[in-house]
Amino acid sequence: MSAQVLIQEPAPAIAASLAALDTFPKRLVHNAERFGERVAFREKEFGIWQEITWREYLEHVQACAGGLLALGMRRGEVIVLIGDNRPELYYVAMGAQAIGGISCGMYQDTLAEQLAELIDFADARFVFCEDQEQVDKILAQEERLPKVERIIVEDWRGMWRYRHPKLLSFRDLEAMGRDLLRREPDRFLSEVAKGRGDDVAIFCLTSGTTSLPKLAMLSHRNLLAQGENFLAVEPHISPQDEFVSFLPFAWIGEQMISYTLHQIVGFTVNFPEEPETVQRDFREIGPHFMFAPARIYEGIHSAVTVRMLDAGWIRRRIYEAAMRIAGRVVDLEAAGQPVPWWLRLLWKVAYWTFYRPLLDKVGLVRMRVAWNGGASLGPDYFRFFRGLGLNLKQIYGQTEIAGISCVHRDGQVRFWTMGSPIANTEIRVTEEGEIISRSPSVFLGYYKNPEATARALRDGWLYSGDTGALDPSGDVILFDRTDDMLTLADGSRVPPRVVEDMLKFTPYIAQAMVLGEGRPYLAAILNIDFHNVGKWAEDRGIPYTSYMDLSQRPEVLDLLERLVRETNARLQPGWRVRAFVSLYKEFHPDDDELTRTRKLRRRHILNRYRDLVEAIYAGAERFQATVTVRYEDGREATLHPVMEIRRLRDP
Amino acid sequence: MGQEFPLVEAVLSVRGLTLRFAGVVAVDGLSFTLQAGELLGIIGPNGAGKTSVLNCINGFYHPQSGRITFMGHDITHMPPHRRASLGIARTFQNIALYPHMTVLANILSGRLIHMRRPLLQCGLYWGLAEREVLSHRKRVEEIIDFLEIEAYRDHRVAELPYGIQKKVELGRALAMEPRLLLLDEPMAGMTVEEKLDMARYILELREVRGLPMILIEHDMGVVMDLCDRLIAMDYGRKIAEGPPQEIQSHPDVIRAYLGEEHGLAEEVASGR
Repeated sequence: MSAQVLIQEPAPAIAASLAALDTFPKRLVHNAERFGERVAFREKEFGIWQEITWREYLEHVQACAGGLLALGMRRGEVIVLIGDNRPELYYVAMGAQAIGGISCGMYQDTLAEQLAELIDFADARFVFCEDQEQVDKILAQEERLPKVERIIVEDWRGMWRYRHPKLLSFRDLEAMGRDLLRREPDRFLSEVAKGRGDDVAIFCLTSGTTSLPKLAMLSHRNLLAQGENFLAVEPHISPQDEFVSFLPFAWIGEQMISYTLHQIVGFTVNFPEEPETVQRDFREIGPHFMFAPARIYEGIHSAVTVRMLDAGWIRRRIYEAAMRIAGRVVDLEAAGQPVPWWLRLLWKVAYWTFYRPLLDKVGLVRMRVAWNGGASLGPDYFRFFRGLGLNLKQIYGQTEIAGISCVHRDGQVRFWTMGSPIANTEIRVTEEGEIISRSPSVFLGYYKNPEATARALRDGWLYSGDTGALDPSGDVILFDRTDDMLTLADGSRVPPRVVEDMLKFTPYIAQAMVLGEGRPYLAAILNIDFHNVGKWAEDRGIPYTSYMDLSQRPEVLDLLERLVRETNARLQPGWRVRAFVSLYKEFHPDDDELTRTRKLRRRHILNRYRDLVEAIYAGAERFQATVTVRYEDGREATLHPVMEIRRLRDP
Repeated sequence: MGQEFPLVEAVLSVRGLTLRFAGVVAVDGLSFTLQAGELLGIIGPNGAGKTSVLNCINGFYHPQSGRITFMGHDITHMPPHRRASLGIARTFQNIALYPHMTVLANILSGRLIHMRRPLLQCGLYWGLAEREVLSHRKRVEEIIDFLEIEAYRDHRVAELPYGIQKKVELGRALAMEPRLLLLDEPMAGMTVEEKLDMARYILELREVRGLPMILIEHDMGVVMDLCDRLIAMDYGRKIAEGPPQEIQSHPDVIRAYLGEEHGLAEEVASGR
């Protein structure tokens, strides 16, 4: 069927519009001709990597576009997509864009009420759900979603009794689409040709750390320009490369790489079998590049260090020696000093005998470049990964500028900066110290939120809300979110993120929130890493029952105190943490304490633990919290965990 | 369901089943039928003879008297492996997997009764044998997908948590492409979440595949929710039979449980 559509000579006007390649669907039509039987997607199913060619990609998109037309979707309308990364998500998103629609990804782990609120706010008439889990959330909130007309479901498993009139299977959607296109064979290309680069392509949820999430409107031109400008400074990405798509479709980073760059370059995007098999599938593919938020790198680092702590004495010594060599080389390189030949030789030996096998274990051995985006990654992590020979680089940018405005250049990776602007991108720092940027990728505004738009967009410049500076080389230095900077009682300013990143650089601390606004000194609320501290406790014969119990064990508090002391020794006196508590629970997005990309929502945390914070600064020894717990059978109970407040004097 | 179509021939019919072990009567003149697509629960206090009934059906035990017919075959004296090839599969109360083999190999072992090629040809992995192996692997992968155990495919069974092992055991039984499935306490020792999963699989097997099943389970909430019909046993005898609501309030059932333990009686009565 698609072959017909492609072979047919389109009318000259249509052909001219298609040749402009200014929208994603036009790019796809072009790629299906250009690449044809080359592999666009690979999805692991039934234990085997199943290949999907560019021609098949287009066929699915045609069917989905036809199906959405048959359902009555109009140009400029929104379809919300929720699910783990699967090719079907891409077919539907692209299918909607082919008929002038807008795709809007939502995070899979969003709670039902929040999800309903967002879908209703986006005015979506159509929702695509991957499976029963998401469908159940939507159906449970049905009365709050009067605008939703159709719910398209990819995996019908477990839903044999569902007879809801709004539900439609993905297969039926495609069948409807094929029917329609059989009747109107020219329809698909003429719809695609109607698209313009300035049409809105996606709504992207911004990870608002301070208030309710906002929907950023990005056009085809915004995204495609972003891809081209990024490629101009990272030209090595080739159609032969492999990429693994495992981060949420709703995240701008994933939209940038597996949607935008995929269309521009034509590499292969691989989808893991299930979220639980990501690590294994990632290693099987051995991707050539990756773009991930800090928590992924923090996770890999902590997995490696914990295994090393677990290893025998000899292996541990070898590990320490190898890491010392790596650290020396990285420090010299970062400082721009020459590395002596004997040290370089030692590093080479260590690379082949130690670092390379280690990288292979975690699937990073073929990786040419790994970008860190979203929240920044502490310098200690940079030393670690770069020391192993992984080309880890920082990316800086906002959803509102399609994700990327700065990246480290090869040979100039200074961990403390965010790199320099990509092609066609200007960065300035205002007199107040706010980082602002301008490029063809600056977004069109927030959907239905003119006030927020007016705050973010002024004279074509995007105001980031980040405080920073430019270093002499032109690299951008980020201090922190302007709203997050702490002003101590004596008026000195402290970026809490810097201190938190250093605290988190041990496998035992999962999250840290530094306090001190208007106070005489800094304090911290810490989350232990349950897995790693649990293992540590088991090795020492320290019994515990739950996270709550383990977090308050005196031995664990001693461990934390030692770690905080070590961090303090590396900080200037004004930035040292003088008191800390080990929180009885982990910060969690479901409790509004973290964003879905795992950044701290400081205001919510401060508000929620108001009394605890007061107790810390009132000089209390311990604090009793009141917690309401809901058990799985619906019963509720109230607990009163007592937290010890540890205080540190100068060493 | 069974009551609605009394004329349809039963999948399984048990008549006057009696099993004795040196004077102890484990099963005493038990009769029942199982209709197509039906989920039948057997409940009763410990030692009531529930597992013995399953062992008689799949041929582990040889009853002294009585007759068992399955899909029109008299299987009373048939050896277990012939019953298996007729399509009777089961899971065990205490997991009976090959602990040092992988999940994949364990489930694949359920396909053995469907292997057609001679040993030598399989060893050479050539031609028809290769195609056959691939088709078996495909069936196994569909089961792995169904049970959502992709992440454990290549793990050895002995290293896996109990709840996952239970799933693997169900997977092996399903690999036989059974026409009757006997489940002996499939949820014993599971967490609430694992039980919910298992209940979902059982329901889907009945609703989508119409697989007839006999379920022994101690969790009364599960039994009451899932089963179409219940048989209550005590001292090897059937003391009640009917839809779950009726059994729940049946005086003999309550007495049988009361005789043993108070808590259970309340559980039966409240359906928890």
